[in-house]
Amino acid sequence: MSPDLLKLIFGRLGIDSLPLHEPILVGTFVMVALGGITLFAGVTYFRLWGYLWREWFTTVDHKRIGIMYMILGIVMLLRGFADALMMRAQQALAFGGSEGFLPAHHYDQVFTAHGVIMIFFVAMPLVTGLMNYVVPLQIGARDVSFPFLNNFSFWMTVGGAVLVMASLFIGEFARTGWLAYPPLSNIGYSPDVGVDYYIWALQVAGVGTTLSGINLICTIVKLRCPGMTMMRMPVFTWTSLCTNILIVASFPVLTVVLALLSLDRYVGTNFFTNDFGGSPMMYVNLIWIWGHPEVYILVLPAFGIFSEVTSTFSGKRLFGYTSMVYATVVITILSYLVWLHHFFTMGSGASVNSFFGITTMIISIPTGAKMFNWLFTMYRGRIRFELPMMWTIAFMLTFVLGGMTGVLLAVPPADFVLHNSLFLIAHFHNVIIGGVVFGAFAGINYWFPKAFGFKLDPFWGKLSFWFWVTGFYLAFMPLYVLGLMGVTRRLRVFDDPSLQIWFVIAAIGAGLVFLGILSMLMQFAVSFLKREQLEDVTGDPWDARTLEWATSSPPPDYNFAFTPVVHDNDAWWDMKRRGYQRPLTGFKPIHMPSSTGTGIILAGFATAMGFGLIWYIWWLAAASFIAMLVVGIGHTFNYHRDFDIPADDVIRTEDARTKLLAGAK
Amino acid sequence: MTVAVNPSQTGEPVFYLADEHPHPEGYSTSLGFWIYLMSDCLIFAILFATFGVLGANYAAGPAPKDLFDLDLVAVNTSMLLLSSITYGFAMLTMQQNKIAQTQMWLAITGLFGLAFIGIELTEFAHMIHEGATPQRSAFLSAFFTLVGTHGLHVSCGLIWLVTLMVQVGKFGLIEANRRRLMCLSMFWHFLDVVWIGVFTFVYLLGVLR
Repeated sequence: MSPDLLKLIFGRLGIDSLPLHEPILVGTFVMVALGGITLFAGVTYFRLWGYLWREWFTTVDHKRIGIMYMILGIVMLLRGFADALMMRAQQALAFGGSEGFLPAHHYDQVFTAHGVIMIFFVAMPLVTGLMNYVVPLQIGARDVSFPFLNNFSFWMTVGGAVLVMASLFIGEFARTGWLAYPPLSNIGYSPDVGVDYYIWALQVAGVGTTLSGINLICTIVKLRCPGMTMMRMPVFTWTSLCTNILIVASFPVLTVVLALLSLDRYVGTNFFTNDFGGSPMMYVNLIWIWGHPEVYILVLPAFGIFSEVTSTFSGKRLFGYTSMVYATVVITILSYLVWLHHFFTMGSGASVNSFFGITTMIISIPTGAKMFNWLFTMYRGRIRFELPMMWTIAFMLTFVLGGMTGVLLAVPPADFVLHNSLFLIAHFHNVIIGGVVFGAFAGINYWFPKAFGFKLDPFWGKLSFWFWVTGFYLAFMPLYVLGLMGVTRRLRVFDDPSLQIWFVIAAIGAGLVFLGILSMLMQFAVSFLKREQLEDVTGDPWDARTLEWATSSPPPDYNFAFTPVVHDNDAWWDMKRRGYQRPLTGFKPIHMPSSTGTGIILAGFATAMGFGLIWYIWWLAAASFIAMLVVGIGHTFNYHRDFDIPADDVIRTEDARTKLLAGAK
Repeated sequence: MTVAVNPSQTGEPVFYLADEHPHPEGYSTSLGFWIYLMSDCLIFAILFATFGVLGANYAAGPAPKDLFDLDLVAVNTSMLLLSSITYGFAMLTMQQNKIAQTQMWLAITGLFGLAFIGIELTEFAHMIHEGATPQRSAFLSAFFTLVGTHGLHVSCGLIWLVTLMVQVGKFGLIEANRRRLMCLSMFWHFLDVVWIGVFTFVYLLGVLR
C-alpha cells in the first residue's frame, strides 16, 4: 500500500509505535495479555458475559456502579503502584556511575503515569465509588437523581483509564510530569503521542467526573427522605455534597486548560507558547485553579468517612457536628483561594505570595477543628479497635504530620528553598496517602459488610494495615530528609553516594507497602472463602448510627421497602433507641429506573474518538463522534426509562429478610 | 406525601412512609440543568480570563481596531437577541398547548440562530483571509477560541432544537417534551447572556483599546 493510504488509515500509528525494543514493556505486555486471555476465557467458559452485561455493565443501580468504581480503583492501584516500585528501585540503584535499570525515556513516562493514574484513576474512582454507594443509602433514597447519567459517568472514567493503559503498549505516555506543563508539553518539545494520550484520557474521564458531580449534588439536594434537613445529614453526605460542588466548580477549568493545550498542539495556536504572545504561566495558573480544589475533592469525603467511623466505633454521637459541617464548608471555599502556593517561585511578587501563603495557612484552622472534633468524639467513648477505627487513628497521626509540613511549605521564603524538592513529594504523599488512601481503606473495611453481607477478615486486614503504615513511614520520611538536603524531584541518577542510604530505606518502605497491598488482596480472597463465618444477617454489624445500616446487607435493589422518616441526627441510632419495628406488611410496587446499554456504548465511542485523535486517525475520530451524536440523540427518543418492581417481589425479598433476622436472634 | 414528623402529636413516632408517591419524573432535572449551565458558565469564565490576560498580546500582528467590523457584529448580535425573543414566544405558545405555533416559533428561532452562525463564520473567514489566523498571535488564539466556543454552543443548540422539533412533532407537547423545551430555553438564553459578555468585552472594549 502507498504511504499516503497507510497514513490515511492508520494516522501516525505504525509497527514502530509498539515498544518492541523495551524488554520491560514486552514482558509486562506478555503478563497482561496472559492475564487478560485467562480472564476472557474464564468469563466465556462460565458463560458470564450475559450476566455481566445485564446485571453490571448496563446497570443504573448506584450500588453496583459504586462497586464497579471501587474495582476500577483497586485494579488501577496495582498499575500505579507498579510504577512507584520501579521509581523507588531505580533511585535506590542509580548511584556510583550506575544508570539504574530504566532508560530516561521510560523513567520519565513512569513518573508521569504514576501521578496521573494515582490521582485520576485510583483516588477519584475510590472516592466516587464510596460516595455513589453510600450517599443514596444515607439519605434514604432509592437511587441517584440521574441513574443513566451515573452509568455513563462510570464508563467514561473507564474509557480514560483504558486510554492510559493503552499508552503502555501502543506508543508511549507523556514524559512531562503529571500536570504536563508547557512549553515542555507543547508540540515542539513533545512531538510524540504521549501528551495526546494524557490530554484525551483526562478529557474523557473528566466528562464523567463532572456529570457524576452534578448527579450527586442533585441527589443530595432533592432526594433526601422526609425529616432529613440539611443539618441532620450524616457528615459523610455533607462532605460528599461539598466535594461534588468542588467537582462541578473545578473540573470545567481542567477541561478548558486541556482544550487550550490541545489547540496549541493540534492547530498551532499560541496560548502557552513562548512565541507570539503566549504565556506558559497562564497554563500553570489555570491548571492549579483546578488542581488545588482537586486535592480537597479527594480528602473531604475521607474526612466524612473518618467522622462516621469515629462516631460509630466510639459509640457516641459525633462531637461538634455543626462545627464539622461549617469546617467542611469553609475548606470548600478556601480551597479556591490558595492555588498560587504551588508556584510561589513564579515571581509574582511579595504581596501576591503573602496573600496566598496566608490563605493556605488559614486552611489549617478548620482542618484542625475537625481533628479536635474527632479527638473529643473518642474522648470517654467506648472505642472498639476494629479495622476502620485503626485506619482512622493511623490517619489522625499521619495527617497531622503532613499538615504541619504543609504549613511549613506555605511560608513563601521556605518554599523558595523547598519548591520541587523531595520534601514536597514527601508532604503530598503524606497527606494523600495518610488522608485519602487511609480514608478509602477505612471506608472499604467499614462499608464492605453493607455491600456484600459479610465482614472483611480481620487478620489479613491487620497485616495489611501494619505493612501499609510502617511501609508508608519508611518510604516517605527519608524523602523529607533528602528534600531538606536539596534533592529535587524526578531525578533518574545521582552523583552523591551519601544520599543512597536514604533511597534504599525508601525502597524498603515501598516494598512493605507492596506487602500491604498483597495482604489486602489476600484479605478480599480469604473473606470471600470464609464468607459464611464472617456473615452478617442483621444489616448492622457495627452497631452503627446512620440510615444505610437500617436496611439489609446487601441492600435490595430498591434500598428501602418504605422510605424512612428521620427525626434526629444519626437517624438509625434514633430509630434503634426508640424501639423501631421493621414493617412486615403493606408492601407496594416500587418505581425504579431500567438498565440501559447506552452509557457503555457512548463511552466506548468517546474512547475510540480519543484514540483516533491521539494517533491522527481522523476518520476514526470523526466516525466515533458522529456515532456518539446518533446514539446520544437516539437515546432521547426512548421515553420509557423506568418500571415497577411488583409488590410480590418486594414481599418475597422482605420476607426472606424477616426469616434471616429471626434466625439471627 | 403524608408525613407525621412530630411524634408527640401521634404518640408513636413514625419512622417510614406507609403510603408514598414516587418523585415525579424529571423531579431533579431543572436543578441538574442549572448546575450544568453553571459548569458551562465556568468554561466561558476561563476563556474570558484567558482573553483578558492574553488579549493585548498582538505579537506585532493585527489588533482589534484593524479587524472588527462593529456594524456586522451589531447585526449578528441582533440575530441572537431576536432568537432569544422568539424562543420566549415558543415557550408562551407551549404554555397554551399550541403545537403548530410552538413549532413555528422554534423554527424561526432556529433560523435566527443559523443566521448568527452564518455571519460569524463569514467574519472568521474574512479575518483568516486577511492573515489574522488563530495562529498569528495569542490575542487571536484567545479571540477565536472564545468566540468559536460560543458559536459551537449555538450550533449544538441548533442540533438540539431540531431534535426537539422532531420529538414535539412525533409525541406532542407531553410533559417530558415540555421539560426538554424548558432546558433548551435556559441553554439558549444562557448563550445570549454569554454573547453580551463577548460583545462588550471582546468587541466594544477591543475597539476602544
